[in-house]
Amino acid sequence: MNSILRKRFIDQILVMFGREPQKPERQTEQAIKIHELKRMTNKADLAAAKEAHRANERNHKWRNRRWVTLIVVNLLFVVSFGFDIQLLEGALTASRFAGFHLIDLNSALQVMLAHKHIITNLLIGTGTVLVLWVLFGGRTFCSWVCPYHLLAEWAEKIHLFLVRKKLITDQPIDRRWRTVSWVIFALLAVATGYTVYEAISPTGIVSRALIYGPGLALLWVLALLVFEVFFMRRAWCRYACPIGLTYGVVGIFSPVRVKYRLESCFHEGDCRKVCLVPHVLDTVIKGRAVDAEVPIGPDCTRCGLCVDVCPTGSLKFDVKGLSKLM
Amino acid sequence: MSDQTPQESGAGGAATAKPAAGAKPPLSKERRQQARRRVLRSLLLGGGVFGAALSGYLPIAYAQRKRLRPPGALDEKDFLSSCIKCGQCVQVCPVQAIKLADLVDGFGVGAPYIDARAQACDFSCDAVQCILACPTGSLTYHKPEGMDVRPGAKLANKPILLAKEKDAEPTLNLAERIGVARVTRPESCLAIQGKGFKGQARGANFDGELRYMDVDRWKPIKVSDHPYDVEICNLCEQVCPIKGAITVKIGPGLDGKLKGIPVVHEPCVGCGVCEMICPTEPASIEIIPGEGWRA
Repeated sequence: MNSILRKRFIDQILVMFGREPQKPERQTEQAIKIHELKRMTNKADLAAAKEAHRANERNHKWRNRRWVTLIVVNLLFVVSFGFDIQLLEGALTASRFAGFHLIDLNSALQVMLAHKHIITNLLIGTGTVLVLWVLFGGRTFCSWVCPYHLLAEWAEKIHLFLVRKKLITDQPIDRRWRTVSWVIFALLAVATGYTVYEAISPTGIVSRALIYGPGLALLWVLALLVFEVFFMRRAWCRYACPIGLTYGVVGIFSPVRVKYRLESCFHEGDCRKVCLVPHVLDTVIKGRAVDAEVPIGPDCTRCGLCVDVCPTGSLKFDVKGLSKLM
Repeated sequence: MSDQTPQESGAGGAATAKPAAGAKPPLSKERRQQARRRVLRSLLLGGGVFGAALSGYLPIAYAQRKRLRPPGALDEKDFLSSCIKCGQCVQVCPVQAIKLADLVDGFGVGAPYIDARAQACDFSCDAVQCILACPTGSLTYHKPEGMDVRPGAKLANKPILLAKEKDAEPTLNLAERIGVARVTRPESCLAIQGKGFKGQARGANFDGELRYMDVDRWKPIKVSDHPYDVEICNLCEQVCPIKGAITVKIGPGLDGKLKGIPVVHEPCVGCGVCEMICPTEPASIEIIPGEGWRA
């Protein structure tokens, strides 16, 4: 990694904690050259090429794979209990896969902070899940496993429809608020001795509702979804959820990420429109990329919507080191 | 963290356009308004989320009815702080005695409890499987040193499970009771009135299950499939899974008629089978959750 990419790597961590992405101070020579070439390209040609690309059929390859994975994982929980298959017992907060303990990192953290006493099984389960998500990319948990994510994705579709109809407007807020929320929930757990966050965690509530049957707690989830439909696009996942930040930190060193290739990009910006966390895609803005190839930062949920929507194939999934091996 | 710590979030949207160096250009009135609205929205969302989160205190502050926790549960405060709300205890219970609490339980939402009247824990699993399943030690065979023990919660001896009485290891691995049975409504108790009982203990539509050793050692059956016929009601004694936990003393009363008096003894672990089987409505004998033994 060159020093410019290293700087970006650090910057992206800060962006995850809530800083707004900034124009890069330095870029590699190669990147500068490509930016320069793009400026010299005939504008009319570029526009025509864009149109041609956009006319291509929309594909939903990664979205479909992701939805299937998310539904299968959650169904595994449901059938393991419902039909007594005992393959994946428990709920998303803690479970056992074929006997192995798996414990959600944020739930484990809440329990450790509130209870201040850690037993071996808790450590084993947390360690296993930690390794799993370091390998697969931290916030991959959000978009590929979390059942609330899927509900919120559908709510987002309604929200965007209403925005297009000009019935509502989106009301974004400061992203640093998620970091504040993480810190407050951690402090609350220590101070009160209760796992306060678990009481309102839509991930836990939806997961338990699927497995053990619905309850009144779903009203809270419904309230969140209504809020997201009418007021704030993806409010919970973007601005509030401490689970997202916990997994984001876990994914900092993950080899699985989306990679951006500057040369082929036409800067249409379609990717930023579909993205849950568009601040990680600041690099696709014209003139911003610091290198010919830029890995996307840790706040990315690896959902693949940008990969699907990118008409030029400039955004692709990438496993660090794998291309060198093969 | 950078120079922009989250505590500064009050500065909100103003941070979007950062000048290269030194003085910021003055913001237009519109931008200022936008920024102010953004801060307000942040506060509103924050207030909403933490308001909702802390409302979990209300049920605990009002201390409505206490829940009967599964066997091996830590004391209530420790229990709620350590329970990760995964329901693995629910999944292993052969009689589905364990349920997960809902929103009305505040911080206890998703935490397991037993509604003994609907379905008590009859230890048909033989080994207190729920404790084995618990990943965080909320339910535990051995309470760690220094953790609170409710007065009177400690059992004098490991309880002997009648179903396993002839096995090499007849005891349950339980050190504390989860509650104690009490005859809370002596006036309605059939035995005390000198009455017998004939038929299905809880009616034909009752779903609760119990393991009857004389029917099937391994499989619990519906209580409604096991009718009774006794001269003086002693159903609580008949179904109690723990050796020596309850007896119905039968003898002539003041009027010379035969009567029974249910007496709970020290080995009672608070499983609630007596409360579940009690044929009177409401039950004459109940478990007081978290209660200790008082001689």
